[in-house]
Amino acid sequence: MFESLRLSRLPDADEALRAPIKALIAEHLRDRTIEQRARSWMGFDKDFSRQLGQAGFLGLTQPKQYGGSERGPFARYVVVEELLAAGAPVAAHWIADRQSAPLILTYGTEAQRQFYLPRICRGEIFFCIGMSEPGSGSDLASVRTRAVKNDKGWHLSGSKIWTTNAHHVDYMIALVRTSGQPTDRHAGLSQLIIDLKLPGIRIRPITDLTGDAHFAEVFFDGVQLADDALIGTEGAGWHQVTAELAFERSGPERIYSSVVLLDAWIAHLRSNARCNETAMQLTGRLTAQLATLRELSIAVTARLAAGESPVVEASLVKDLGTTLEQSIPALIADDLGSHPDEPINPDLYRSLLYVTHIAPSFSLRGGTREILRGIVARGLGLR
Amino acid sequence: MALSRAAWGYVDMSDIASNELLEPFERLLAAASPLAQVRALEADAPVSDLWTALNESGFVDAMVSEDQGGAGLSLADAGPLVQALGRQLVPVPFAQTMVARALLAAAGAKRPEGSIVFVSPTSIGTGYQQRAVPQALVADYALVDLGERTVLTSLSDATVTAIGVHASQAADVYWQTSPRALATIATPQGGLRPIAAVLRAAEIAGAADQLLGMTIAYAGERVQFGKPIGKQQAIQQQLAVMAEQTVMARMAAQLGCAHGLPPPTNVAAVAKQIASTAVTTIATTAHAVHGAIGISEEYDLQLFVRRLHEWRIADGTESYWAEQLGRARLRSDAATSVDFVRSELGTPR
Repeated sequence: MFESLRLSRLPDADEALRAPIKALIAEHLRDRTIEQRARSWMGFDKDFSRQLGQAGFLGLTQPKQYGGSERGPFARYVVVEELLAAGAPVAAHWIADRQSAPLILTYGTEAQRQFYLPRICRGEIFFCIGMSEPGSGSDLASVRTRAVKNDKGWHLSGSKIWTTNAHHVDYMIALVRTSGQPTDRHAGLSQLIIDLKLPGIRIRPITDLTGDAHFAEVFFDGVQLADDALIGTEGAGWHQVTAELAFERSGPERIYSSVVLLDAWIAHLRSNARCNETAMQLTGRLTAQLATLRELSIAVTARLAAGESPVVEASLVKDLGTTLEQSIPALIADDLGSHPDEPINPDLYRSLLYVTHIAPSFSLRGGTREILRGIVARGLGLR
Repeated sequence: MALSRAAWGYVDMSDIASNELLEPFERLLAAASPLAQVRALEADAPVSDLWTALNESGFVDAMVSEDQGGAGLSLADAGPLVQALGRQLVPVPFAQTMVARALLAAAGAKRPEGSIVFVSPTSIGTGYQQRAVPQALVADYALVDLGERTVLTSLSDATVTAIGVHASQAADVYWQTSPRALATIATPQGGLRPIAAVLRAAEIAGAADQLLGMTIAYAGERVQFGKPIGKQQAIQQQLAVMAEQTVMARMAAQLGCAHGLPPPTNVAAVAKQIASTAVTTIATTAHAVHGAIGISEEYDLQLFVRRLHEWRIADGTESYWAEQLGRARLRSDAATSVDFVRSELGTPR
């Protein structure tokens, strides 16, 4: 089963990116606390993203003619792995680099490519993804936000919710209904690129349980979009989104969300000279899972590199990866709480609780655990 | 617009040479060791005919160098063959013999005709013992890790006691004094246990994959509430998790084999830690989906789960290897877990 997931090796040319990206990150992160680094995915830092763009670390998979490095998925793997291992703030460029740029390259017109891609590669424009709506979560095909064709382009009404960084970024790529009814399911959906500064758009940040406001609700009240807001084919939005999700669900981002906390805990064990059997077993268990998941994640990247769209494989690895990510805070909390006489750095303690509280989102973002397991079951021929 | 694959220079570690050997090897195993035969041998039929058939195929020297008459496969090349042995539940220690012969040949020692198991014994007084060595009841020789040196010895010189578990080929092996050496070689770096662990992980991966296929097929056939149980979301979600654990075990086994012989101890630790962990979920789910028929001796499920549980325990469980690996992680000066995993536990560079 899933024989296509084979051990693969990162090419030497891409490994060569590791030293320079490490150096850039070290310089930038010098004074960051554990708690700030544990927020990696949520850390919105335009300056840092622009620095990455200037140094050539964004748009690694994009053709040179659009400002990219034309290097392929493994180069991006190396850079993303180092960013996440260090807990660098990646939120600003994250979605544009990972999903929006490949989407625009694949489905966009030449004019759209030239308009967006070079600025994404330079770290100058940032994107969010408009998928969920108040009545559409896992059942994405039921979206009701609608764009109606008129003589000026598209007239957009509706709303999106839980949209990560909508209040910080420049553009949204939204899945909306352009024809038919919600009962038509996958047919009649399209993807639109929406300039979030247009009149008629209202964005309300939503505070999360950690006190951050990383996501938002976005209201479209009769927003007039130009013709070229449509990306790809009218009515083919579902197919395009599915391919896009293979990008979102693969990659090292699905195994490293709690790794800053893990390393802070290992540093804690060292500084307390603690090497009891239980802690060593836990360290080894998590390390073995990381090592194996890293190879699986590289194997999925190899499928992308081979030009495939590994939807099922990416779902499988994401489910395994988020399960590991979510187990880390729970297990570390038990370990630390089992040694009440041991001093704990307050920064470590705050990071532990931050990750504990945000961890449930790991298996929601990019498709819930149950949806992913359903995709795997389909891959097994069960549905 | 898509960039060419060649431009990305991606390296697939699965080896073409082993793929060429895999298919004939699988055919050989399917013919020589069908599940009915596995049952017969478990019920005490002699293994000599099976061993002869496998031995004559020449695959037993697959990892011996070409100038010594073998096929010169690395452990990475041979990994798929070991998985195939696990898939087919071959009731003789063929994988262990194949690797033992490579170790003996590399040291210039003579290779005996019979089958060989690996033993990493504990010393008890003047003697040596290892409990519950899989397939020791049907093996001819043991390669015994005595610290700095490793000896090949005949199991007819040892006290071999069946562990008494129904249909198991495992036995306690005991020598009252030092085992009589038919050949002596320097112990591979890290000892024999990491080698045995990696082979066991690959066998687990093979058997798990076969069991997954059986379980999915059963879920598609068994009708309850007017439809195949595989149409129930509750069953689908469980099978998805079983598939995930099977893929984890296989990838860990591939990683364990990737560095050649002997595998670095930390890499072997990953292989067996993950494979042993996977066993419990895989066996539990297979049973849950099959229901009562899976508890019966008549149905083949038991042949798989009994071995999976035995192999999980043999050559170090998940906690044994986790502790070894955890200590190595704490001792290392890697700045981050990702650095450690990449430099110590990644694919060879």
